[in-house]
Amino acid sequence: MPFVVVGVMLALGLYAILFSKNLIKIAIGLSIVESAVNLFLITLGYVKGAVAPIYTMAPAGKKMVLPTPQALTLTAIVIGLATTAMLLSLIVMAYKHYGTLDIRELRRLRG
Amino acid sequence: MEHLPILVVAVPLFVAFAIPLIDKVGGGRYAKEGVTVGSLLFSLIGMILLLKRVAALGPQVYVFGAALPTLTLPTGMKVPIRIMFEVDGMSAFMALSGSIAALAAAIYSIAYLKDETGKDRFYVLFLLLVVGMLGMELTGDIFNFFVFLEISSIASAALVAFRYYKAESIEAAIKYMVVGSLSALFVLIAVGFLYGKYDALNFAAIAKRMEFSWADKIALALLVVSLALKCGAVPLHMWLPDAYAEAPASVTALLVSVSQASLYGLFRVCFSLFGVKMSTLTVGWIVIIFGVLSMFIGVTMALVQKEIKRLMAFHAISQTGYMLLGVGVGLAVLGNPFDLKSYGLMAMKGGIFHIINHAMYKGLLFLTAGAVFYRAGTRDLNKLGGLAHNMPWTTVYFIIGAAAIAGLPPFNGFASKLMIYESVYKFNPILSIMAMIVSVLTLASFVKIFQSAFLGPQLPEYKDIKEAPMSMLVGMGILAFVVVFFGLFPELIVRTIVDPAAKALVDQASYISKVMGGM
Amino acid sequence: MRMSKIVRTITALLFWAVLVFGFYIVIHGHLTPGGGFQGGAVIASSTALFLIAFSKDEFLRKYKDVFLSVAESGGLLLFISIAFLGIGATFFYNFMANSGGIFGSPTPIGINDGDLNTAGTLPPMNIAVGLEVFGGLSLILLFMFLGAYLKPFSKESEVHEE
Repeated sequence: MPFVVVGVMLALGLYAILFSKNLIKIAIGLSIVESAVNLFLITLGYVKGAVAPIYTMAPAGKKMVLPTPQALTLTAIVIGLATTAMLLSLIVMAYKHYGTLDIRELRRLRG
Repeated sequence: MEHLPILVVAVPLFVAFAIPLIDKVGGGRYAKEGVTVGSLLFSLIGMILLLKRVAALGPQVYVFGAALPTLTLPTGMKVPIRIMFEVDGMSAFMALSGSIAALAAAIYSIAYLKDETGKDRFYVLFLLLVVGMLGMELTGDIFNFFVFLEISSIASAALVAFRYYKAESIEAAIKYMVVGSLSALFVLIAVGFLYGKYDALNFAAIAKRMEFSWADKIALALLVVSLALKCGAVPLHMWLPDAYAEAPASVTALLVSVSQASLYGLFRVCFSLFGVKMSTLTVGWIVIIFGVLSMFIGVTMALVQKEIKRLMAFHAISQTGYMLLGVGVGLAVLGNPFDLKSYGLMAMKGGIFHIINHAMYKGLLFLTAGAVFYRAGTRDLNKLGGLAHNMPWTTVYFIIGAAAIAGLPPFNGFASKLMIYESVYKFNPILSIMAMIVSVLTLASFVKIFQSAFLGPQLPEYKDIKEAPMSMLVGMGILAFVVVFFGLFPELIVRTIVDPAAKALVDQASYISKVMGGM
Repeated sequence: MRMSKIVRTITALLFWAVLVFGFYIVIHGHLTPGGGFQGGAVIASSTALFLIAFSKDEFLRKYKDVFLSVAESGGLLLFISIAFLGIGATFFYNFMANSGGIFGSPTPIGINDGDLNTAGTLPPMNIAVGLEVFGGLSLILLFMFLGAYLKPFSKESEVHEE
């Protein structure tokens, strides 16, 4: 089931990136794809009824999930933050240059 | 000595973080330039030593945080759990090529960016870009590969936008950022597939248990497409000319090597991760088709360009095609030991040799284009002319670079292209003939630049311009020296560094056994 | 551009609570969910609060942006220095774990109550990352905030990228 959600989110994000005309919407689309990938990684590590892999005050006698997918997701989130910040600041600069966020107006480089 | 793999990456990283502090406490006018160049020189020397070590002792591993650098499997474990670097002939070769280009570009930047603001940030990002590139080439862990890919793509997008006061560079950076992070996310999905299936992230550990079922096929498709996108192969090349043309020239020279790190990733995935377990003929042909399309469309697009760096950027696409063609032929016959021996290995050597040659001469060409822009203030070929009168050294460097890219003897491009033609001819004559036609077209287009920018009478508006400053000449000189040296002694270079690289790609078993033990 | 008095008063109260909570997350990184990045992000959210409730001028009076960038690169330098210190064995080697010194108590195996004084180099690394993330995120926020005040493009205005 979560994989269906991952697929839907991927499709939505890609749709936003490919077909929207607004730079902010493209950035949002990229974030949606990113969340889809993070969700995918987290679901890979899902074990039914298991607890988080932390021994401090853990409930006794429960299974624990493997922490690796969660570590991967955390790293991906951090990287995603840097990407989004970078992209948004570029968009701010583009707005200052062109006075619009419409990608159809950003056409100085062709060929 | 066993710490070399990490030192070549960690020292530039350390210096990158120290630069803002050095800048705050003052410390001399050229302090940040000095430490940048120093750390890159350190990495280059380290890479040469590491290459020697790899040649003598075989692949080197370096495990982070373990009690011993070579302790890949902690007691009682069947799979490696720690992140590690694994350096074989191919990785060392790529990293050597990247660190030469990085050093030359850093020296060149000293004068090139003299009048720009925000230089401390420039050098931080520059070093981070180098770290990302070297990390991609040295790592033995697929998730780590993704992390370094993102480091390099964020740093390079920021550097493309370095001239923030120009609308074009912002536009190019946005394109690069969207495309780059999307492709990196596809790499991450592929990592997820592989991890979900094999519970491992290490290249060797996954390769050992590779089954090539449907999940692996999805992962392979995602990896091949996204890495081909990052290295600018043709149907996916739209970001590359913009980014290359709008970045400062020294960054562009380095971006060539960074794109090749993605190319390396593609080869590593095809050869070491999947290897003979996949249908190498199909994947090999896909890579060859990417290559041929890139060669042709790159060069035909280049012919109509009016802008000097944009033209060169399209040539970069076209030259990437040669590498994909050479190594793709090797990949296509990987499952067939006889063909591999008779021409496959030769084609791979040609493709791999072309990688380092391309990094050198294309870097040189971009640097000369930057020198022209620095002095003349325009990159439009219709406005330039007669620069040979004022900039003799730049002209000489340009001739060296242009002759090398067009494959004229005795420069290095000739040696590698000849190897590609000969071996690819045995595989499929049509491909070889196409490669030759592309080479002729390349020559035509560089004659055009040479004629319109450097030759002709001295134009009145360029009467007073001077030769490029010293540090730029030194930066270009390093690359020009390498181009000429490689052209004069191709046998030596092929024997010492290219041959081990090609053998390392083919030899999947020793790549695996170095990590997984002799099981 | 200041917000109303209510918002400013609440911000002044909450600011310290946010800081303390962030430090708590950073310090307990090796025992509980969280760690350097998460704690640093919480601390940086105090910057966001400050920037929104007060004006950017007031913010720049309190925090110099030099301070933030020193925090950023200092944190990174500290992190990589700790990694370098382990190079007697390997890069990132945890030389402080189980040594008996600071953060060097042996870690109990299995479920335990959590002893802060364990885990070797991890807590110092968490602190370093926390410092870095605080500096870096605050700088990003600050520059984006300043970017909104930029006039449509002129060559003179100095702009910092990330």
